Amino acid sequence: MNKLKVVHYINQFYAGIGGEDKADYMPELREGAIGPGTAFAAGYGEQAEITHTIVCGDSYFNEHTEEAVKTILAIIHLCKPDLFLAGPAFNAGRYGVACATICDAVRQVYDIPVLTGMYKENPGADMYKDMLLITATGGSAASMREAIAKMIPLSLKLARGDAIGASAEEGYLPNGVRVNFFEKERGSKRAVDMLLKKMAGKDFETEYPMPDYDRVPPNPAVIDLSKAKIALVTSGGIVPKGNPDHIESSSASKYGEYSIEGLRGLSADTHETAHGGYDPLYANQDANRVLPVDIMREFEAQGLIGKLHNTYYATVGNGTAVKSAKAYAAEFSQKLRADGVEAVILTST
Amino acid sequence: MPVVHICTVTPISMTVGANRIVPAVAIPHPLGNPALPPEEEKQVRRKILTTALEALSTEVELQTIFPVK
Repeated sequence: MNKLKVVHYINQFYAGIGGEDKADYMPELREGAIGPGTAFAAGYGEQAEITHTIVCGDSYFNEHTEEAVKTILAIIHLCKPDLFLAGPAFNAGRYGVACATICDAVRQVYDIPVLTGMYKENPGADMYKDMLLITATGGSAASMREAIAKMIPLSLKLARGDAIGASAEEGYLPNGVRVNFFEKERGSKRAVDMLLKKMAGKDFETEYPMPDYDRVPPNPAVIDLSKAKIALVTSGGIVPKGNPDHIESSSASKYGEYSIEGLRGLSADTHETAHGGYDPLYANQDANRVLPVDIMREFEAQGLIGKLHNTYYATVGNGTAVKSAKAYAAEFSQKLRADGVEAVILTST
Repeated sequence: MPVVHICTVTPISMTVGANRIVPAVAIPHPLGNPALPPEEEKQVRRKILTTALEALSTEVELQTIFPVK
């Protein structure tokens, strides 16, 4: 078998050019393997050869992405590799974004197999993990050896067009694509083994990871409530009677934005719940039980709060994907901010 | 802007990462209690919301549950 030709992309730091002070370094072509490339070359042995290395500063790439991609694609056109490698970038944000961006461009323009590696929380992973295979690495260069050991077999498979197994087998970041395979042990045995490991305080790997919920630092408190505009938001599915936007009773695909201007409270005549995950009787009788407009109006009249925002936002939090919920909130939070809202009361059922 | 999460199953609220949490009455009626006469039920709602306002005007560094008095 012919030796595969590999082109490797690295940043100014791994090329030994310099740190932040050299991050403006423009793309440059070097012969052979440099820095981490030498470890790849050693691992590939007779199977593949790093013929060229492209070095580019992280700031240059991210501030002049279009030019950088254009220059690098022109280099690739000349080198005609069988495989394009980038990184690994670990948790270096700009480097990770550069590696993923250039891999995606090379893949799209030349249909050449590409592989990069980075830490799962690298922003580059978030942006590209559904489009590219990205080897999951540790957070720092201390895990270089381990990262390269995973990238070598996977990159060879990609270059040769071999079948790629599941993320758990090949070590890439889960990209949402299901790959079927038969486990060696039956489910009951695996479950008991996992339980025994857990009880013994040993490491175990779940077969069904829960979603990763992010953490945000708490926002500062409201200084003067009596001057603040406060908004109501609910995942309890409170909608105007008749559910005008047809928000689904489960796995909601949207949120609603509704006016409560002039309303002293909600009633069975005006509002109801669209939520299919709890007994709707109580909310349908009196929706203030979920979205407390009546008491908030009272607080407003008493001057305890400056103003109740006249628009409320609602969705159905019943089997709704975390990703969707996050997207809805990201969108209506901008509207709340634009409307001068200073605090939110979020109710859930 | 600060957010206070009023919900009944506070461990879920902790898991998903809410920073200011106020416990509620029950899943289908977090801010009400149909077993009570209307005025008393409103009083329950008033207390929960008073606690929610306190939560919004209190600085927190970690996830905090504000019990309803």
